[in-house]
Amino acid sequence: MVELSLPKNSQIKPGKTHKAAPGAKNIRNFKVYRYDPDTGENPRVDTYEVDMDACGPMVLDGLLKIKDEMDQTLTLRRSCREGICGSCAMNIDGRNTLACLKPIEECSGDVKVYPLPHMPVIKDLVPDLTQVYAQYESIEPWMKADTPAPPNGERMQSPEERAKLDGLWECILCFCCSTSCPSYWWNGDRYLGPAILLQAARWINDSRDEATGERLDNLEDPFRLYRCHTIMNCTQTCPKGLNPAKAIADIKMKMVERQG
Amino acid sequence: MASSHSSLRSPLGRVRGLGSAKEGVHHWWAQRVTAVALVPLIVWFVWSILSMADANFVEFTNWLYDPLNATLMILFIVAAFHHAQLGLQVVIEDYVSGHGLRIASILLVKLLCAGLGALAVVSILIVTFGG
Repeated sequence: MVELSLPKNSQIKPGKTHKAAPGAKNIRNFKVYRYDPDTGENPRVDTYEVDMDACGPMVLDGLLKIKDEMDQTLTLRRSCREGICGSCAMNIDGRNTLACLKPIEECSGDVKVYPLPHMPVIKDLVPDLTQVYAQYESIEPWMKADTPAPPNGERMQSPEERAKLDGLWECILCFCCSTSCPSYWWNGDRYLGPAILLQAARWINDSRDEATGERLDNLEDPFRLYRCHTIMNCTQTCPKGLNPAKAIADIKMKMVERQG
Repeated sequence: MASSHSSLRSPLGRVRGLGSAKEGVHHWWAQRVTAVALVPLIVWFVWSILSMADANFVEFTNWLYDPLNATLMILFIVAAFHHAQLGLQVVIEDYVSGHGLRIASILLVKLLCAGLGALAVVSILIVTFGG
């Protein structure tokens, strides 16, 4: 049944305030979610007064400044700092996005930073991605073909066939979309979610792949695919400007198409 | 999500679960077909009822006695109840997570829609043929 009473650790308490260095004139408050499941304590929101005159422009710059200069216990994932690795996906100013692509000045008021919604939290801003990675593996995201590859070159694809992968191959698997989807929140154990379905579409639409029917078979399920109710949060939040909702609609149309 | 911590089954094994149902496209398509059918049927139904706002019982049954009106009325009832049970099933699957309770509520909704739909159709037929 629907959980009417939320678990104890869903209550967020007020946290500590970390003051900026004396003399800082241009201060912006960062309100950051802090949670360490190992301590048994409830999550809290800590406030960090960040001196914007000595800070880079992006939210990730602010978070790294906090970690380097104010509070080394703050835990987050980051790697490329240019929107290509997907590591720093988090909920900033109420929307899932990449901290490295989100300018601080685009945030309204205090910069509110939470982990991706509705995922188990390992610590602070680090969500447990075990399940989404397993879901990714379940769609077998690799080329499947019975025809052997040409011995003297690559599998050929016309420019038109290649163009069908545009809008799909750019996905960096940051999971901003899946964790913004209410249907994935309620039924994430069985619904694959927009990120994984967009990846599935990437292989379904690949002219070199010979397992299209098998891939559709594996998706035709009331939960795996049809939990998508076209809410469109995925498309609205995608930091790469992709359209997972359209990719899912394409899969649904192919399901109908092969009926007759 | 909570169950993922109490089981030692591998994440991939949990995700694959019982496998794909290989079903769902018919349900999805039937929802679209009934939705498209209901657009003109609802316009016709509302327009008809409004235009008979002052009608008495005899005038109303005479209206339903017309074969075209009776047919459209039956189509409207069938499409509406079919669409309703398809949609309610999705809502229940979304929000009711306990397997037993989910099956029981879907069963209840389907039987109720079938029963009420049949009652409405039989009522129309009685007015049309038995009146």
